[in-house]
Amino acid sequence: MTALLVLVLVAPLSGSEFLNPETRALQDDPFENPGYLWVDRGAALWSEAGCERCHALSEVAASDFPRYDATSAALIDLSGRVNRCRSLDGAPTWDHDDEPLLALTAFLLNRDRGAAIEPVSDPRAEPFREAGETFYRRRRGQLDLSCSNCHDTLAGMRLRGERISQGHTNGFPTYRLLWGTLASTHRMFRWCNEAVRSEPYPVGSPEYVNLEYFLRHRGQGLLIETPAVRR
Amino acid sequence: MRARVNLPRTVRAGEVVTVKTLVAHPMETGYGRDVRGVVIPRHIITDFTCTYAGRQVFRAAFHPAVAANPFLEFHLRATVSGPVTFHWRTDRGEETTVERTIEVT
Repeated sequence: MTALLVLVLVAPLSGSEFLNPETRALQDDPFENPGYLWVDRGAALWSEAGCERCHALSEVAASDFPRYDATSAALIDLSGRVNRCRSLDGAPTWDHDDEPLLALTAFLLNRDRGAAIEPVSDPRAEPFREAGETFYRRRRGQLDLSCSNCHDTLAGMRLRGERISQGHTNGFPTYRLLWGTLASTHRMFRWCNEAVRSEPYPVGSPEYVNLEYFLRHRGQGLLIETPAVRR
Repeated sequence: MRARVNLPRTVRAGEVVTVKTLVAHPMETGYGRDVRGVVIPRHIITDFTCTYAGRQVFRAAFHPAVAANPFLEFHLRATVSGPVTFHWRTDRGEETTVERTIEVT
């Protein structure tokens, strides 16, 4: 117990460390993991949409997102970046949680599976990282809980039948058994916000992009598991 | 419906192989409601069949209690080289077929 506690304080732990063995096995089997249905579709979309005209697949650094974007003088996440390409192309943009967008982001991040999260440090992005951290530590909702209350202080403890994870984003987009579908970080943030009975922000909102950026820093060194499987 | 099938390409005669299939489908039970409280109509896969060299070797009937994106694992004994066909059908008549070939050496 003491050893585990020390480990928690020293290094971030992936959400998969908190799973039931059955769910863990589902995630680790590249065939049984349902997230690969989306990864396959994403691979097909990548060639159908002609992304290769501008981007060599080997040079796409999907795990560097969210990052600072000089055009909008704010952070941009991977979904936002995909949509920018689509509008340049004259194609209709996707909503943040549309199936094709989830498929494409899952495909791109899956290529980095096993690589460690190394957030790009950029002084221009610093205010946004701070905003994300403030969001993370601020108590909210009727239950008056911050993200940190559960995912730092109480991580590893039980909440009903489940162990509370540290709330890292290294497995997203994640196949969530509860929803029976792939889900983005922002959908998970919304769910968490609702769980403490606070008003959730829209998916793709700057608040959530900042939070996602902060969480990349917080989870530095964790291995990317996309598509992970969660409860 | 997008489907994934895991089947070895070449096997020895008489070998028992494990077949795994996964198909993307919401498997709406007909009991769920959307955010406005409107009932979401039932929409499920009802039938799955696997045909090997013209002969049906596995068949499954699905019911509303089956989870979304159904996964199936079963075994078949490889006797002859030939096509293996996987076929899913929903209660709305939508169909998906995946064809593979198995080679017996």
